[in-house]
Amino acid sequence: MQIGYFTERPYRWLPEEVILKNGAFFAVSNKLYDRERAADDYHYYLDENCYAEDLGFDVVALNEHHGNPICMGSVMNVEASVLAYRTKRVRLVLIGNPLPVIKHPLRMAEELAEIDLISRGRLVTGWVRGAGSEQFFNNANPAYNREMFNEAHDFIVQAWTRPGPWRYEGKHFHYRHVNPWALPYQKPHPPMWIPGTLSPETVEWCAEHRYPYIGLGTPLGPTCDLWDFYADEAAKHGYQAGPENFGYMVATAVAETEEKAQKIAEGFVYGGGQNAFSAPQFTMPPGYNSKAAIRILAKQQTSAWLGISGEKVREQMHGGDTGEIDYTDVRRKLHAALMRGQQNMQVIVGTPKTIIPKIKTIMGTLRIGIFIILSIQGPVADDERRTSMRLFAEEVIPELKAYAKESGILDPFQRTPGSVKLAAGTKRAPVVNRELMPDLGK
Amino acid sequence: MVTTPKQEIVRAAGAEMGVVRGGSGKPILVLHDELGYPGWLEWNEGLARERSFVIPLQPGFGQTERIDWIRSYRDLAGLYSQIVRELGAAPIDVIGFSAGGYIAAEMAAADPNIFSHMVLVAPMGIKPAAGEIADFLAMTVRNHLLSTVADAAKTPEFTKIYGAQMTPAQFEAFEDARSETARIGWEPFMHNPSLPHLLRGVKIPTLLVWGTRDAIVPRGCIDAYRAAIAGAQVALCEGVGHRPEIESAAEFDRIVSKFLAS
Repeated sequence: MQIGYFTERPYRWLPEEVILKNGAFFAVSNKLYDRERAADDYHYYLDENCYAEDLGFDVVALNEHHGNPICMGSVMNVEASVLAYRTKRVRLVLIGNPLPVIKHPLRMAEELAEIDLISRGRLVTGWVRGAGSEQFFNNANPAYNREMFNEAHDFIVQAWTRPGPWRYEGKHFHYRHVNPWALPYQKPHPPMWIPGTLSPETVEWCAEHRYPYIGLGTPLGPTCDLWDFYADEAAKHGYQAGPENFGYMVATAVAETEEKAQKIAEGFVYGGGQNAFSAPQFTMPPGYNSKAAIRILAKQQTSAWLGISGEKVREQMHGGDTGEIDYTDVRRKLHAALMRGQQNMQVIVGTPKTIIPKIKTIMGTLRIGIFIILSIQGPVADDERRTSMRLFAEEVIPELKAYAKESGILDPFQRTPGSVKLAAGTKRAPVVNRELMPDLGK
Repeated sequence: MVTTPKQEIVRAAGAEMGVVRGGSGKPILVLHDELGYPGWLEWNEGLARERSFVIPLQPGFGQTERIDWIRSYRDLAGLYSQIVRELGAAPIDVIGFSAGGYIAAEMAAADPNIFSHMVLVAPMGIKPAAGEIADFLAMTVRNHLLSTVADAAKTPEFTKIYGAQMTPAQFEAFEDARSETARIGWEPFMHNPSLPHLLRGVKIPTLLVWGTRDAIVPRGCIDAYRAAIAGAQVALCEGVGHRPEIESAAEFDRIVSKFLAS
């Protein structure tokens, strides 16, 4: 069982009203950026990730977002480089580099190879398409997002595995001289884990490539459906999927008392939380979603399935509320959303004792070999963040490891994803256990 | 409405194009805008007794399949030019709306004999001398649509076309159109830096039509076109936005009719 620590590294110094008034974190003006505090927090978050190693987490995970105070990681490879040097044991999991947004796969191959070398083979590199808003921020053509993702990935694998020099003339990328003088420490290349919010196209792609897929706080019912979809696709490619193919990340806040835990958990909905990542016009750039996905969205006008809230789709089509903001009312709704999230097990809040059974239920249902906690968002103090980490590491991790062992849950390092062969015509084994959560409806 | 336009498939230049035809008389090629063909409108009907319309439905916009090798407006203009040549239709009068104006200008730059008259309505394609082409791809579909007219409430035909509530089918069609527009017009955004240079020396009689309350294409685009095409005339439609053909159909027909007869 791989247990990981992840934080978005929130910028903690924005008044909530600023975000609410803007309707989202993305596009809040950087005239409010405080350089001194940002410098302090970069140091703090790097130290925090080192602390995660000290506490015994197997993995620290990093991500990046652009132009967005919800996440200070704008160039995660910079942070990963520091951690590669500073840490000794922990695996560095990047979830992930937004290939179509960066638009330079050769440079990416070099950067990641250096990180893997400096860490002496502790890099796990994941890829993402980049959020909708990031297509605008980086002027990346959204209509080519999926094509560029696929081409950049295939190119990077080649750059790491095919002796150079060679020439590359692709559709979106062109290189005269491919011969990087930094190759990954791990052979043939670092493992890849792919995070997502349940886009079927990405799940299908992961199954084809035998890459573990990590659901990012996705609703548990649709997550089970997608695990089945992954396993069906895996069967087509001749292997039995198992826990080594699946990971899950969930927002988690822990404290010595229930009251304290609930208080710090409010940070998850600060400014609207993840749902306020970007306004509708930036969430769904034209061409970013497949035609099939657009058809589903247009008909249902709701789709947690694609990581897009129904509200955002409706605003695209019919417009949003443009009246005055009642901040008290907004906060009341956000608090209610946090409570709902806890009921649905998409946010885990409590003392070690109360959260252990909840996480075991998730683990047992989804049969995941990778479990990562999303640490507290919002302006929560350093000591409260560290207490949450410590309690989780000292009291929860041992329980989860024991549960994984007794449940036969293996991680990607214990069993290589895609290594269990499945003969053609053989019925695949189940990959989820819905009986633990009868309310999932299937 | 008197005219019943017909939609047919034209096989030319290796493509299967959906084409709408209607009216009678000397043909006019109409290049629709970045939101797609809006249907047969009052302005079409107003001219349909004297002129016929040939309206290709842009590839990737739902009615005609997306063509993968087309990756820019210049590529698209090349395809349209091939089709005009294969059909033996040149020289033909053209009316291009917004991004359709961009396509027409690219066609004219590549072949100055392809058009007999060129009407460019709020055309994109050249970087404005001042101001910016609005980033309509960074708007919701609804706001994009509303931004195209100065006052939707006072534009009955606009409401008639789009209705009060967007239907799933309309949303899908707009997403198709906007996705294809993003694909071929994303960068540089809805203009081609070489276009004004290649337009110099083009002698096609040209009319630039612009609504004085256009929130999508700034006056600077009209000025840039005037600088590029010697002798281009300008017709300003007072108080209307990006779609004078809908917002002020009778005035639009009068302006266009007069120009095409010149």
